[in-house]
Amino acid sequence: MPRISRRTFGGLMGAGAASLALPYYARAQGKPRAVVIGGGAGGATAARYMAKDAGEDLNVTLIEANPKYTTCFFSNLYLGGYRDFESITHGYDKLASNYGITVVNGRAEAVDRDAREVTLADGSKVPYDRLIVAPGIDLIYDSVPGYSEEASEIMPHAWKAGPQTQLLKAKLDAIENGQQIVMVAPPNPYRCPPGPYERVSMMAHVLKQKGFNDSKIVIIDPKPKFSKQALFQEGWDKHYPGMIEWYGPDVHGGIASVDPQTGEVETDLDTFKGALVNVIPAQKAGGIAAQAGLANDSGFCAIDPKSMRSQADDNIFVIGDASIAGDMPKSGFSANSQAKVAAMAIRGDLLGSKVFPAKYSNTCWSLIETNDGVKVGAQYAPSAEKIASTSSFISQTGEDDAVRQATYEESVGWYKGITTDIFGA
Amino acid sequence: MTMAETIRLALRLLEAGGKVWPKAGLSTLAFLFLAASTAAQEGDPEKGAKLFKACKSCHEIGAEARNGVGPHLDGLFGRQAGILDGFKYSSAMKKQGEEGLVWNEFTLDQYLKKPRAYVPGTRMSYRGMSRDAERTHIIAYLKTLSSEAPAENPTAAKPHRPEMGAAAMDLTGDPDYGEYLSSECVTCHQITGRADGIPSIVGWPKEPFIRALFEYKTNVRSHQVMQNMTINLGNEEIAALAAYFGSLDPQ
Repeated sequence: MPRISRRTFGGLMGAGAASLALPYYARAQGKPRAVVIGGGAGGATAARYMAKDAGEDLNVTLIEANPKYTTCFFSNLYLGGYRDFESITHGYDKLASNYGITVVNGRAEAVDRDAREVTLADGSKVPYDRLIVAPGIDLIYDSVPGYSEEASEIMPHAWKAGPQTQLLKAKLDAIENGQQIVMVAPPNPYRCPPGPYERVSMMAHVLKQKGFNDSKIVIIDPKPKFSKQALFQEGWDKHYPGMIEWYGPDVHGGIASVDPQTGEVETDLDTFKGALVNVIPAQKAGGIAAQAGLANDSGFCAIDPKSMRSQADDNIFVIGDASIAGDMPKSGFSANSQAKVAAMAIRGDLLGSKVFPAKYSNTCWSLIETNDGVKVGAQYAPSAEKIASTSSFISQTGEDDAVRQATYEESVGWYKGITTDIFGA
Repeated sequence: MTMAETIRLALRLLEAGGKVWPKAGLSTLAFLFLAASTAAQEGDPEKGAKLFKACKSCHEIGAEARNGVGPHLDGLFGRQAGILDGFKYSSAMKKQGEEGLVWNEFTLDQYLKKPRAYVPGTRMSYRGMSRDAERTHIIAYLKTLSSEAPAENPTAAKPHRPEMGAAAMDLTGDPDYGEYLSSECVTCHQITGRADGIPSIVGWPKEPFIRALFEYKTNVRSHQVMQNMTINLGNEEIAALAAYFGSLDPQ
């Protein structure tokens, strides 16, 4: 059963949060302190599992910059008109009230690993015995020449769900028949491998519904192949014949630049002009990971596959998109799975509770057109050098309509399940 | 307003007037609505028996019927929803029963058409039977058997019979280990026991729970995610999961 917190969420989230902060955290002395940076699919799950399983024996603090979280997963369904924005946006109130987690609405600016404390943007400090770093991704804007954070107001990336997603939808809904959409897809490794291609499917769904048969969607991809490629391409031929064109690097020859003023994407092959250009640049671990010295040259953070413990610091765990998780894709499901392993390891560290062998799993569902859902998934276990896949599956081309519909309905059930698992019930 | 809502409104009005609502009266009212609507055709119990195969893995009916994943269906007609002793109903189903939902030809027809729409929050994972005639047949079949007497203690474990997963059934599962393993399950299957497109697995008896996992493991039941999830589970793990999920009460 959830326990009732002696701490109150409202006081922290209110206007007086900064002035209350210091004495507030100081009160936490005496019990071991677990702190989580980042309230997404990984961080919020980890905080909830630690608080749920440790009860009063552990102080759990969740630091998150935004008061609400919009899930990247299912944000493409919002683009396609299957979901409203509210339905993919979640608050932290249950984590505070039902599990006794101290939810701090602030931005973590620095981690002092020697002093074991996190400094927030307002200058307050949060001490920890064990820290989970779950910042998700940062975008490397200049990985695409001509692209920048300012340019993303014209050419949205929408690869972090929120206002960017709403901007992309507004631009999609403003497309007129005959106008072209161009997507610049990201290089590996990136968040949500099937995401760009599900997004294109949802864009095509909107255009088809409006009868905009003269419009096209062009994908300029730096990768020679992509996740669920056969399934997506079969679906595009079936539902949106002639509408979607995908160019791999052997065709376009390389992405030279983008120009937000003209809406052009220049490649070695040709210049593509879009009324809407969606640029998804290369990615790295969220900034706090590099600041804390946890990221390596790849931009992501090496971990111990048995526990998600950072290879750079025994007191710190890195989960979700920021970690190098071997065969696991960067997904909300993966982050949720890794969070449970890290939460168990921390309870073992701080409370001596039993630590079972790590198990990980992932499934990614994608929607191609109404009631045409596909999925890919695997189970994983730690090997000596990485988190390794032990078994896997993928939807088959040519499946029955009924199977595809059941897969879509399953994904809707999964969304309800995982968001309950992340944000509490 | 749907027919079901009309009936329930009528019921609430009567209750508000302080009258006791006799079951016979309810079926009369239901019958009137039924007669006024489409379902004038006769159901065929033999066709219904074939259709019931889809229900059998969870529901028993007839002499000596027991509770399984779902409640037994003896005495179903005229029974208030959600009241069998010892069965773990969703709170939604119990509440509907307390508010006047009684099973009869009409309410069953509506429920079976789209269970999650008729009783939001139900644990029953069945998606629904859209064909009107099929529901008429299955209800006709249920009527032929529902007056039989159930087992003396319908919730007690069944006498052991050899079948798939017997070795796991002989184990005493460790619910703590099961709770740890369950974290992989509850990403999709809600811990509250709600079924919103993915089956509820909370509060199942041990035997059908273990059998289901073995059936996925051996691809008797075909489902990619579940096969992948169960392929590496051993007897001890399966018994632990059964013990943990069986110990939970649906909300």
